[in-house]
Amino acid sequence: MDLNFTPSEDAFRAEVRSFLKDNLSPELATKVRNGEELGKADLEGWHATLQSRGWLAVTWPEEYGGPGWNAVQRHIFDEECAMANTPRIVPFGLGMLGPVLIKFGTEKQKADILPRILDGTDWWCQGYSEPGAGSDLASLKTRAIREGDDYIINGQKTWTTLGQFADKIFCLVRTSTEGKRQEGISFVLVDINTPGIEVRPIKLIEGGYEVNEVFFSDVRVPVSNLVGVENEGWTIAKFLLTHERTGIAGVGASTQALHELKALARKLKRRGKPLIEDPLFAARIAEAEIDLEALRMTNLRVLVDASGGAASNTIASMLKIKGTVIRQNLNDLARRALGPAAAPFPVEALAGNLAVAPPEAAANAASYFNNRKLSIFGGSNEIQRNIIAKDIFGA
Amino acid sequence: MNFNQTDDRRMISDSLRRYLADQYPVEHRIKIAYDAPFHDAKKWGELAELGILGALVSEEQGGFGGEGFDITVVFEEFGRTLCPEPMLGNLMGLRLYAAFAQQDKVDAIIAGTARTALAVFEVDAFTDTGEIATTASKTGDNWTLSGRKSLVYGGHAADTLLVAARTPAGKIGLFEIEASAADIHSYAMIDGGGAAEVGLDNVAAICLSEDAAEAIEAALDAGRLALCAEAVGAMDVLKEMTKDYLMQRQQFGRPIATFQALQHRLVDLSIEIEQARSITIHAAGSLDTPGRALAVAKAKNLIGRAGKLVAEEAVQMHGGIGMTWEYAGSHYAKRLTMLDAQLGDTEDQLRRVMELMAA
Repeated sequence: MDLNFTPSEDAFRAEVRSFLKDNLSPELATKVRNGEELGKADLEGWHATLQSRGWLAVTWPEEYGGPGWNAVQRHIFDEECAMANTPRIVPFGLGMLGPVLIKFGTEKQKADILPRILDGTDWWCQGYSEPGAGSDLASLKTRAIREGDDYIINGQKTWTTLGQFADKIFCLVRTSTEGKRQEGISFVLVDINTPGIEVRPIKLIEGGYEVNEVFFSDVRVPVSNLVGVENEGWTIAKFLLTHERTGIAGVGASTQALHELKALARKLKRRGKPLIEDPLFAARIAEAEIDLEALRMTNLRVLVDASGGAASNTIASMLKIKGTVIRQNLNDLARRALGPAAAPFPVEALAGNLAVAPPEAAANAASYFNNRKLSIFGGSNEIQRNIIAKDIFGA
Repeated sequence: MNFNQTDDRRMISDSLRRYLADQYPVEHRIKIAYDAPFHDAKKWGELAELGILGALVSEEQGGFGGEGFDITVVFEEFGRTLCPEPMLGNLMGLRLYAAFAQQDKVDAIIAGTARTALAVFEVDAFTDTGEIATTASKTGDNWTLSGRKSLVYGGHAADTLLVAARTPAGKIGLFEIEASAADIHSYAMIDGGGAAEVGLDNVAAICLSEDAAEAIEAALDAGRLALCAEAVGAMDVLKEMTKDYLMQRQQFGRPIATFQALQHRLVDLSIEIEQARSITIHAAGSLDTPGRALAVAKAKNLIGRAGKLVAEEAVQMHGGIGMTWEYAGSHYAKRLTMLDAQLGDTEDQLRRVMELMAA
C-alpha cells in the first residue's frame, strides 16, 4: 500500500491551485463562500473561465473537448475548486447530457450539441421527476405520441433545477404503454422555448429559487431529437445513474465545509472563550472530522480501483448516503455554532448589516435547510439503501 | 397523581385552539410571518381578550394563572399553528414586571394595550448573562444604558423593553426603556416571526432592580418552558402531516406507508414525541420549585434533540414536497429546528444539567 499521491498528481494539484488563484475573482469566491444565490452570469462566467483552460467538461474524453483526466485527477480538481470557493460546474449539460450523447448519440447529435454545451450557447436542464414519479421514476407519465416526424408531448416534470436559466431540457417521456413500465420510456431533447412549454418556479424551504415545474401541453418535437433507441430510454437513465458516481461523495464540498466550520468556531466566542475550546462543541467537530477522514479514504479506494470512474452501484450508493449525511451534519454544526444568531433571514442579515453573524456565516441556517435536499435528490437515501440491500441479499 | 388539566386550563386551551384555527390558518401565518411587521398586529387585542396574557401570571400579580401548566397550554397551541405573535417576549417581560411589582405595566400587558420584550442576549453573550457587556450608568437619580442587544424576541413589536445591563457595582440589573428611545432594527427570522437588534446609546432608563440576575434567569426558564410546549404542539402536527402524506403518497403501486422501513421511522418519531411531552410536563410541574433550573434544562435539551429529529425525518419522508415553501410542513420543520437555538440550545442545556448534577 502507498497512501501518497504520486509526484505527478501533486504537480497536477499545484497546477490547479495556481490556475484558480489567478482566475477566480475574489468577489465571486466571496459570494460562493457567503452562500449567496448565484446568478446565471456568475455561473456562465465561471464556465467560460474553466473552458478557456480546457477544464470545463471534466468527464469528457479529449476528442470531444474534455481534459482527459482520470478519476484521481478529477477528485483533486474537485477538492481544489471547493477549497477555493469556486461556483460549482452546473452538471446538466456537462456532467449528464454530454456523456449520454457521447455514449448513445448519433454523430450529428454529437457534432451539433456538444460544442454548444462547451461554449455556453445552450444551458440544459433535466426533465426526469414528475409529481407522481419520484423514487419510482419508472412510473413516469409524461406522454410522447408520434405524429409523422414529430412527437407530441403532454405532461409535467418537476424539481427541474435551474430550469429558469435553461435553453433546452432533456426529458424522459413515455412513448409506449405496452409491456413493462421501464420498456416504454424514451430520452428526448426539447427546446424549452417550444410553444406549449411553461416553466413555473418552486420556492424552497429557505426561501430560495432554484427548482421549477415544467408543463408540456401539445409540445411538438422532431423525432430526430430522440437519443438512442425509442422505448430504450431507461437504459440511458440507468447509465446516468452509474456514470461518474465517484464525485457523488462530495468530499471536496465537505472538506471546505469542515474548514469553514473550524474557522468559525475559532472566531466565535462563548462564555468568554473561543467556541472551539468548548469541549461539547469541539467533540462534535472532531467526530465530523473523523467521519470525513474515513469517507475521504473510502472515496480514494474507489477512485483508484475504478480508475475509469465507473464505480459499482453499491459502492456509489454507499458514497452517496455517507457523503450526504456527513455534509448535512457539517451544515448542521455550522448553523449551531452561531446559536440564535443563525436566525435572521440571510438577505436581511447581509443587507441590513445586522452583524449578529460574520458575513461568511450569515447564510448558515439557509444552507442547512437547503441542503436537506442532498439526501432526497439524485435517488433518495432510502432508494440508495434499497440498491445496497439488493446487492447484499440478492434480488 | 393526575395528568389531566384543570377545567380552567382546558377552557383556555380549547378556546385558543378554536381561535387560532379560525384566525390563524397556516396559509395566513406563512403570508404574514416573513414580512414586516412579522405578525398580525390586529390579533393581539383579541388574544388578550381570550385571557391568554392573563394566564401567564398569578392571581396575586393580577393574572389568573402563572403556573407552569398555564404557560404550556398556551404555547402548545401556538406551536400547533406556528403562531408568530410575539408571545415569548411578552411572557418573559410580563413575568419580570410582575416579579418587580410593576402593577400598571402588568395590567396594561394583560389587557393587550401594551407590549414588551426582554433584551438579554448580546453577540458574545448568547447564553450566559455573566458575559453581558451592556452598561448601566447612574448620574444623580438618572440611569442610562449603553451597549447592544441581539435577538430580542418581540423587540420588533414592543412599546417598552426590559434590558439586562451591568451596573456600576458589577451586578446584572434590570432596566425599563421606551422602545422608541432605542435604535431598533427589526428583521424576519428564517422560521418566521420577528426579532430585533437593539442599539443603546445613553438611553434613559428606569431601574427595576440593581440585582436581577436570579429574576431574569427565572423569566428565561419560563420562556424555555414555553418553547418546549410550543415544540410539542408543532411536533404533534408535523407528525400527523407526515403520517397523512405517507398514507396518501403512492410509489411502486402502493402507499409508501406500507413500507416497513418508513413505518418504523414514524414510530420512532412518535416515541420521541411522547418523551418530549413527558419531560415538558415534568418541567412545567417544577417551575415553581427549587428543582426548576434542572428540570427546565433537561426538558429543553430533550426537546432540542427530539425537535431536530422530527423536523429532519419529516422533511426526508416527504421527499421533495417537504422542501417547498408552499407546503406547511416545511415551516413546521424550520420552526422546530430554529426553536432549539432560542434561549440556549441542546448543548447549553446539557452543560447546565452537567453543572447542576455536579453541584
